[in-house]
Amino acid sequence: MIRIRELVKTFGRSRAVDGVSIDIAEGQSVALWGGNGAGKTTIIRCVLGLFRFGGTIEVGGLDVRRSGKRARRLIGYVPQELGFYDELRAAEAVRFFARLKGLRSRNEGEALGHVGLVGHEHKRVRELSGGMKQRLALAIALLGDPPILILDEVTASLDACGRDELVQLLSRLSRGGRTMLFASHRVEEVSSLANRVVMLERGRAVGECGVESFMPRLGLSTLLHLHIVESARVEAMTTLRAHGFAPRLNGVGLMVPVPAEQKAAPFRVLAQARIAVDDFELIRASEVGGVHPTQEVAS
Amino acid sequence: MSSFTIGSGSVMAACGVDRVRPPSAAANIFTIGRRELRDAVRSRWFILYTLAFTGLGLSVSYISAASTGGSGLSGFGRTTAGLINLVLLVVPLMALTAGAGSIASDRERGMLSYLLAQPVTRVEVLIGKYLGLAGSLFACITLGLGLCALIVAWKGEATRPQSLLWLTGLTFVLALGMLSVGMLLSSVARRASGAIGTAIFLWLVFVFATDLVLMAGTLAFKLRIQELFALSLVNPLQVFKMWSLHSAEASLDVLGPAGLYASEEYGPMLHVIFAGCLLAWVVLPLVVAGAVFSRRSPV
Repeated sequence: MIRIRELVKTFGRSRAVDGVSIDIAEGQSVALWGGNGAGKTTIIRCVLGLFRFGGTIEVGGLDVRRSGKRARRLIGYVPQELGFYDELRAAEAVRFFARLKGLRSRNEGEALGHVGLVGHEHKRVRELSGGMKQRLALAIALLGDPPILILDEVTASLDACGRDELVQLLSRLSRGGRTMLFASHRVEEVSSLANRVVMLERGRAVGECGVESFMPRLGLSTLLHLHIVESARVEAMTTLRAHGFAPRLNGVGLMVPVPAEQKAAPFRVLAQARIAVDDFELIRASEVGGVHPTQEVAS
Repeated sequence: MSSFTIGSGSVMAACGVDRVRPPSAAANIFTIGRRELRDAVRSRWFILYTLAFTGLGLSVSYISAASTGGSGLSGFGRTTAGLINLVLLVVPLMALTAGAGSIASDRERGMLSYLLAQPVTRVEVLIGKYLGLAGSLFACITLGLGLCALIVAWKGEATRPQSLLWLTGLTFVLALGMLSVGMLLSSVARRASGAIGTAIFLWLVFVFATDLVLMAGTLAFKLRIQELFALSLVNPLQVFKMWSLHSAEASLDVLGPAGLYASEEYGPMLHVIFAGCLLAWVVLPLVVAGAVFSRRSPV
C-alpha cells in the first residue's frame, strides 16, 4: 500500500532522512519509532508530498511526486498539532475539507459525533481544546473513508486522559483493517496500534520488528512496583533473582523490570515461595522516562 | 468520556457523506477561493480599509468641489481626478499587504502544510487564494467607489458615471497587480511579518521613491523624453495614473513633456501599452510566485 525506497531528504547540509526503505502492506499498521530528530515526521511529510526528496515513494501504486493529488486522496492525515482556520466552526471545517476531497457532505454533525464531538459542531476551532482539535482532525482524516491513515505524533500535545481516548479510538480503526503509518515515541501507543515497528535514529532505519518483539527489544518493557512487608523483602529479592529477575529495593517494596507479556510471573514466583504481596503498581516503559529507542535496541 | 464507535469505513456510511467524483482543479480552486474570500471579508483589515477608502473618497470629492468654487460635492469627472491620487495611495497598500500575509501566515501557523496534505495541488491552493483575495479587493473597491458614486450622484451637479466605472475597473487591475506582487513576497518569505514588512517597503518605493529616482535620473543622466516615458512604464502606479488620466482627458499633457510626448507619439495605442504593462504586473509576479511556491517547503 505504501512503498518507500531509498528515501533521502536533506535540509541544507544535514541529512534528515538517509536511505530509508519501508514497505507497508494493505491493512498493516506500522509505527515509526525514534526520538526527536530521528526523521519520523520528515518521512511522513515526504509521503504526503510536502517535501521534495530523493528516492521513490508510492502510495497505492501512485508515485507521490508525479501523482501527489491522486495519492493523497487515499490518505487521511492527522498532524501533531492542528494548524487550522481558527474562525471556522467545527462543522464548517468538516464541510470545507469534505469538498476538497470531492465529497458532498450532508451531515457534518454525525461525522463529528463519531469522534466524540457531539454538540461541538457550532464551536469555533479556536474554542476547542487540544484533544478536541485532534479528534476534529481525525474526523476530517476519515472523510471519504480513505484506506490509509497517517498520524504524526497525534497524542504529543494531549494530556493523559485525552491520549488514552484517542489511542483507544485509533486502536479500533487499526483493528478495522485500515492501513496505518504513524510516528510515535510512546511505547503504549506503539504497542496498542502497530503490527510492525521501524526504529529510526538520526534519519536511518536501524531496526525493524513485529510489535510482539518490540517491548523485549527495548529491554526494559514494564516495571512492577511490589509492596512487600519489610521483613520479607530480602527473601523476596533472593527468590526473584533465583528465577532470573533483577529486582531492586525501593521504599515500601521492590522494583522489578518484567517483559510486557510476563507481568504476572513475579507474582507466581513469590506465591510459590509463600511471600505475600500487599499491593502493586504497574509502571509502563514510557513512564519510566527517557527511553531512547536505539540505545535500548543496541543494548 | 465520550464513546467512540468508529470502525473502518463507518464514518462515511454513518454520516451520509458520499463520494461523488474526484475533485477537479476548478472545484478545489473554487472551494479554497471561497474560504479565502469569506476569511478576508470577515477580517478587520477589510473593514478598516473599506471604511478608510470610502471616507477618504467622500472627503476628496467634497474638497475637489470646494476648491473649484462649487458649493458641495462635485460631479464624477472632477471626483474621478481627485480619487486617482487616493487610489494610488490606498489600493496598492491594501493589495500588497493582503497578498503578502496570505501564504506566509498560513505557513507560519501550520495551516499550509495541513492544507497541502489534502488532495489538492499547490497551483490550486495559490490560485484559489489569489482569486479569493481578488474577490475581497473587488468588494472593497466597488463598495468604496460605489458609495462615492451614489452620494455624488445624489448631491453632485454634473454627473459622468462612466468615468467612475472606468476608474473602478482600472483600480481593480492595479489591485490585481499589487496582489500578485504581494503573493510573490508571501511565497518567498518565511514569516508573515517579513513578507508584510517587505510589502510596505515596496509600497513606499512604488509611491514615493520611483518619482524621486526618475527626477534625479533625469537631472543626473539627462534622460531623453522617450527614456523618461519608458522608465515610468516600469512603475505600475505610474502606468495606472497615466492610463486613468489618459482615459479621462484623452491627453497626457497634464503630466508634462513626457505625457505630451506619449500622447503625440502613441495616440490611441497608449491604451494597449498601458494595458500590457499593468497585465504584465498581474501575470508575471503570479507566475514567479507559482514557481517559487511549487518548490518551497510549506513548513
